[in-house]
Amino acid sequence: MSSTSHVDTAAAAQDGATAPARRRRRGVRRLSLRDRIVVGVLLGIPLLLDLAFVWFPAIGTALLSFTKWNGVGSLHTQTCKPNLPSILNNGCWYGVQNYHQAATIYPAFWPAVRHNLIWLAVFVLIATPLGMLFAVLIDRGIRGSRMYQSILFLPVMLSLALVGIIWEFMYSQNYGLINTVIGRTGDSNAIDWLGNPHLNLWSVLVEATWRQSGYVMVLYLAGLKAVDPTLREAATVDGANAWQTFWRVIFPVMRPINIVVMVVTVIESLRAFDLVYITNKGINGLELLSVLVTSNIVGETQRVGFGSALGVVLLIISLVPISVFLYQTFRREEAS
Amino acid sequence: MTTEALTRPGTAAPSAPGRRRTRPWGQVASQVFLIVASVLWLLPIAFALYVAVRPYSDTRKYGYVSLPHHLTLKNFSEAWTQSDMLHFFWNSVLITVPAVIIVLALASGVAFVLTRVDVKFNIALLILFTAGNLLPQQVIITPLYRLYLKITLPHFVSDSGLMYNSIFGLIAINVAFQLGFCVFVLSNYMKSVPEEMYEAALVDGASLWTRFWRLTIPLCRPALAALATLLTTWIYNDFFWAITLMSSGDKRPVTSALANLQGQFVSNQNLIAAAAMIAAVPTLVVYILLQKQFIAGLSLGATKG
Repeated sequence: MSSTSHVDTAAAAQDGATAPARRRRRGVRRLSLRDRIVVGVLLGIPLLLDLAFVWFPAIGTALLSFTKWNGVGSLHTQTCKPNLPSILNNGCWYGVQNYHQAATIYPAFWPAVRHNLIWLAVFVLIATPLGMLFAVLIDRGIRGSRMYQSILFLPVMLSLALVGIIWEFMYSQNYGLINTVIGRTGDSNAIDWLGNPHLNLWSVLVEATWRQSGYVMVLYLAGLKAVDPTLREAATVDGANAWQTFWRVIFPVMRPINIVVMVVTVIESLRAFDLVYITNKGINGLELLSVLVTSNIVGETQRVGFGSALGVVLLIISLVPISVFLYQTFRREEAS
Repeated sequence: MTTEALTRPGTAAPSAPGRRRTRPWGQVASQVFLIVASVLWLLPIAFALYVAVRPYSDTRKYGYVSLPHHLTLKNFSEAWTQSDMLHFFWNSVLITVPAVIIVLALASGVAFVLTRVDVKFNIALLILFTAGNLLPQQVIITPLYRLYLKITLPHFVSDSGLMYNSIFGLIAINVAFQLGFCVFVLSNYMKSVPEEMYEAALVDGASLWTRFWRLTIPLCRPALAALATLLTTWIYNDFFWAITLMSSGDKRPVTSALANLQGQFVSNQNLIAAAAMIAAVPTLVVYILLQKQFIAGLSLGATKG
């Protein structure tokens, strides 16, 4: 390969910082007509698909959230009239009324926000440290680490709907493994793990953690592999113990992985839906924002505008981790 | 760093056992902790499997948590025949296989153009694709659902005549939604291809298409394999798109059809357990056979930095 290229070309290619500058100079102008058509097709079709099915709906959600609409009939620009019956007052411009209603009179809204926050807290405080601990122990290369890794990762392969079904055998009031083992069977004595609205969120979070920590483990395993081994040696030479080495040397170096894990954690807790939906359709103690959006737009009573407002709340919260991730990932490239 | 994860066999496997000396009690404590964790992690799956291999009469008489009196595989065959699982599996295949192929084809094209051709706004476009994949699905479902009810399709593609409730519609959304992740991973991967290879190809007079198809794609084979594994399980495991964008149960893929089976078999939990185990088989097979690719794929997306 190097026989055809100049020595300085090779040097420039190896230096990541100068390569983009070289490409820029070459530019699109050097492309033939045929090449330009290829670029157009390769970029155009996926871009169109992404805009049509992801970004257009995302913007659509934001616009619909300011309307009062049940999905029947057309949307128009006039403002909703407070005195008209709902059926005549449909598809009109509603301002921030949906948001106001969600925050003030919709009974499920604040519990859903609280449940989402609890979900996030459990992922941050339990699932992530647990996954990190698994990764650190397995990375030390103790006997059987490969097997442990496979077992702990197994739940990540199962769909969340399936996880919900499998755990019902653990949690069932009458025949479940947990109640039988702790001797709480029988009609009056049994604990209703998934039916009791004070308990079921925590029960489902055990299932979610069971799956999430395996995911976190694999991400950290990849991160630990990428850490320069000489760092560890240097720390050992300096007399640091394992605990100090990890927290003062290894953990800070894994910054990119920490960001990824943080983003995955926030996004997964906002996306949470399948488990609660399969458990009891996400009602009676298991309300989440994602469930409220879904039930308002595809349920029997369609409140498209209102459901969209809830979707925008979800969008705004999720934009925080998304921006952090994008900033972290792309800032270097912008600079070059 | 991204290529490193791929080229090193067994990304997460210990490369040098005992390379760091730990105190004996530390070793023992780690072993005990991991053994306990592994038992807890296997327990739910093992118990569901145990329920699945016990006859209904046994569990009825002695309870689900009891010693085995008889073991049988009859639940599996009964769940298979009574619930028409073959049909749902076929739906999953019809959705997953085309979706994975189309995502990989489209994403590699985008990634190539964004990393190797100096188009305007290439970083902005990369951000657009990447961010799209990070949105919660519920953020886009409302207009998407209306859109799917509006777009008509010819009847040979969709017997409903709409995007809604068609296999084609599910392929489209899975492709659009997963594009972002694949573009992100593949563009990182393609950046690691040395510039001099392209210079050499240019000197040889290779067209843009040749540089993409004959040079870049073969070099990206490991990344494509890793992504294919990930995508297969993700799309197979999809639940949300299938229950919101499909009205009739008989067109749904197997994962979401299970929710209906729960209702159908409600009096016979052994059958539900068997059906759940059957539905888990494809992803478990993928995992066992392609574990390396699977984990490499996750690391590819993660260790960028």
